[in-house]
Amino acid sequence: MASKFINITLKIWRQKNSQAKGSMETYKLDHVSTDSSFLEMLDQLNEQLINERKEPIAFDHDCREGICGMCSLYINGRAHGPDTGITTCQLHMRMFKDGDTIYVEPWRSAAFPVIKDLVVDRSAFDRIQQAGGFVSVNTSGRTIDANSIPVPKTDADKAFEAAACIGCGACVATCKNGSAMLFVGAKVSQYALLPQGKVEAKNRVLNMVRQMDEEGFGNCTNTGACEIECPKGISLENIARMNREFLTAALSNED
Amino acid sequence: MALTGLFLCLFLVGHLLGNLQLIFITGEEGKRAFNEYAYFMTHNPFVKVLSYVTYLSILFHAIDGFLLTIKNKKARPVPYAYNNPGANSSMPSRYMALLGSLILIFIVTHMANFWWKMKFSSDPMPLHQVVVANPQSGAEETFYITHTGDYVPTSAFVGEGEMPAAMEVRNGTEFYLKEVNLKRGEGYKDLHSVVLSFFGHDKSKDGVPEKNEMALFAVLFYVIAMMVLAFHLWHGFASAFQSLGLNHKAYNKMIKMAGQAFAIIVPALFAIIPILLFMNK
Repeated sequence: MASKFINITLKIWRQKNSQAKGSMETYKLDHVSTDSSFLEMLDQLNEQLINERKEPIAFDHDCREGICGMCSLYINGRAHGPDTGITTCQLHMRMFKDGDTIYVEPWRSAAFPVIKDLVVDRSAFDRIQQAGGFVSVNTSGRTIDANSIPVPKTDADKAFEAAACIGCGACVATCKNGSAMLFVGAKVSQYALLPQGKVEAKNRVLNMVRQMDEEGFGNCTNTGACEIECPKGISLENIARMNREFLTAALSNED
Repeated sequence: MALTGLFLCLFLVGHLLGNLQLIFITGEEGKRAFNEYAYFMTHNPFVKVLSYVTYLSILFHAIDGFLLTIKNKKARPVPYAYNNPGANSSMPSRYMALLGSLILIFIVTHMANFWWKMKFSSDPMPLHQVVVANPQSGAEETFYITHTGDYVPTSAFVGEGEMPAAMEVRNGTEFYLKEVNLKRGEGYKDLHSVVLSFFGHDKSKDGVPEKNEMALFAVLFYVIAMMVLAFHLWHGFASAFQSLGLNHKAYNKMIKMAGQAFAIIVPALFAIIPILLFMNK
């Protein structure tokens, strides 16, 4: 496919630091290859800004192959831009037309404060994970091989699908309530489905949900937006499972 | 939200079945059936308990929904400059709080129109009357019906010239012989006529409530409220199952379809009642 070049207008959120008041700024960028990724387009814009002796735009990125969960960006009203099942680094400029105006904003959530420009602090997810998203195993060197415990294939598959969550925060960003329940649902599910995770299941769900609420995330009203925008296709089934786990744990936990 | 929501769905079914009597049983028989039903619904102890559970459910559902909405709004203090929520969620699912608030406004007016009149209003409710032709003279006479099936002539409650009335109504529904202070029986509140008048029937000739001159607006308001309810249920029914953790690929489709069928059928049946009453006035 022959590459094309397009000229675009960008409206991008600029904010000096977490305390500063930000605003949407307009930039013109010419000669953008439709084969470039969205992040490469931002690199190109930053080069242009640096050449003009202006402050480049800060944005998160790392692996640039859709597995690290680092890139974010709310592009034209959608998390990770106008496509499904992808991260922003997997979004290509061929999705846009010549002359398009593209809005780029950071994830908006009380629990994800803006650090600078398009970079937000997603450590709230780390704290939720630390509250219970683990299994306590003895790592003395005599650890039993995980495969020695039989796991039904469907459970293994579902746990794997839940574990595919890369913690990018698109679910929070897209949810009209700023709810993190798809993320927490996935993290609870990946352990709840497996025998190794059952031991700490009750405390895990209670602690993770408590931490989620403390971080200031909203509550799920089942609009289903997160499932559609999730780059890893995490299913709403995981939220239902978390609700089930939470209800039984809240009613029967003795701690 | 889920538990009270599903309970209120059950309440809707019960309420609907009661209301359907208004169009399925016509004439005097319909009036008698509906007023006896209204009496049962206000006096049966089991129904009483159920009604209190319903009031509490509505309050809890509204207050919890309100608090949830505030909390959810706080979770995103800075809105997006450009947002495209239509790309990933249905319209009713995003406007549940607004739809719910409109339903609450409807419930308040609805209860003021019927429930309040039935239970608390200082205006005495009209009592169930029948017109019977005297077999001898052929003259038509009006009677109140009592719980035991007796007929008490309404003329006994009106004095004639120097003669004072022989009977009087006490506590809204009880018929007393004034002179001997004896209870002859108890009548039924005529909610049927109140409802029919509200939706445009001319009942005033019986000395009971006057026709509502704004009946067309009452019907329109009711129908719009039912449309709002339909949108609320369109999302709410299936959403309640998900909140309770009831998500299974074998049932999800069925629950969603049942919810959407419920969201269309129940409000549509509710709405058709005032429309038919208005058209057949």
